[in-house]
Amino acid sequence: MVLPDLSVRIPRGRVTGLLGPSGGGKSTLIRAIVGVQIVESGTISVLGEPAGSPQLRRRVGYVTQAPSVYDDLSIRENINYFARLVGASADDVDWAVDQVGLGDHAGQRVANLSGGQLSRTSLACALVGRPEALVLDEPTVGLDPVLRRSLWTLFHQLADAGTTLLVSSHVMDEASRCDRLLLLREGRILADGSFDELLRRTNTHDAEAAFLALIDAEDAAQRQEGTS
Amino acid sequence: MRLAFVSAGRILRQLRNDPRTIGLMLVVPLVLIGLMAWIYHEQPVIFDHVGPALLGVFPLTVMFIVTSITTLRERQSGTLERLLTTPLSKGAFMSGYALAFGVVALVQALLASAWSVWVCGMSIRGAWWQLVIVAVVDAVLGTSLGLLASGFARSEFQAVQFMPAFILPQFLLCGLFVSRDALPTGLKQLSDVLPLSYAVDAMNTLATRVDGGSDVARDLGILIGFSVLALVGGALTLRRRTV
Repeated sequence: MVLPDLSVRIPRGRVTGLLGPSGGGKSTLIRAIVGVQIVESGTISVLGEPAGSPQLRRRVGYVTQAPSVYDDLSIRENINYFARLVGASADDVDWAVDQVGLGDHAGQRVANLSGGQLSRTSLACALVGRPEALVLDEPTVGLDPVLRRSLWTLFHQLADAGTTLLVSSHVMDEASRCDRLLLLREGRILADGSFDELLRRTNTHDAEAAFLALIDAEDAAQRQEGTS
Repeated sequence: MRLAFVSAGRILRQLRNDPRTIGLMLVVPLVLIGLMAWIYHEQPVIFDHVGPALLGVFPLTVMFIVTSITTLRERQSGTLERLLTTPLSKGAFMSGYALAFGVVALVQALLASAWSVWVCGMSIRGAWWQLVIVAVVDAVLGTSLGLLASGFARSEFQAVQFMPAFILPQFLLCGLFVSRDALPTGLKQLSDVLPLSYAVDAMNTLATRVDGGSDVARDLGILIGFSVLALVGGALTLRRRTV
């Protein structure tokens, strides 16, 4: 089982970070929330509906880990297609293009884009329907610091406007940018709270040290269990 | 259903951005039919037999390959997973492909039949427009079979191998080499359950008979039936939830 006994609540209108090492179950949890993962047992409710239910398909935006857009279309053609699927207007397309800062490149073929432009195109395809909840699997991986900062600013603007965001990352530094953190390791939640709470609890000064402290504490607890 | 048209538009736009693929889809059948006409230059009777059968073979084969590869790409690139979290239904996704490639098939059928008749000198007794309809339905069947096959391929390598596995046996048994009635027992029955046989039957009827309308209509019905079966089967291989 990838995620045994997992129970979390993700608050509305906030940016919740899902952090932890690769292979820790982040993508599985995210896929379960958007309703594309076969869930063995347990219930997941999103915006008051069961995860994956047809009513949610307009209300939840999903960005997969690998940018899932069409290579042989331009940026605008891609966003336009996803816009029409969710009933968004041409103005929404312009808005989404602007939000991810691709206004000058909108006519470019996706196959010729850089990695960062590619993942922003993928993000814009989810933004365009102005969903109530945005579920983003590692949207900032491989981006340069300036772009990362501008995306996190965008995430907070969206949250201020009422959107619920769940953003996964394996880069611990991004912890400080989230309103709330979930630390996931080997399918278990190590921490659930704000960044400041995490630092206080572990008596550390940065996210990486805090995460390592939690892992050491857990391993020590397990060893003790094993010897007693 | 509106979203099926939206998807068909997207697929056609992708094709338009790839002129080389369009060229291959439209020109290769013409070259092969032209080659056949040339080979049988001294025996036009044989070309009149082979030509119409080829008009039944090409739309299905070309659309099968193109569709199985493009939908496999959708599965692998993550776009399918994403689409299934949007209001697009599985049926609309598949219909989008059938519609888009149906349009390409229409162009292909118009070009190939005009080329066969006017340039290669193939004689057709039936109605010209019926030939085009059979070719389009035949192509939609190829698309449906491609959608189904892509569900069983794990890589583009495998998808390409499905062409000889799915299509070549149908090609051998469709009546092109030995007329279907003259096939040994067992093979005749096998060819009766293969869709391509009916496409070639319909083309042969159109080539040889003036009054074959009702036979062509029956074959068309069977082709549409196969198409629906393949689309239903394909929809079953599209899983919203995966591990």
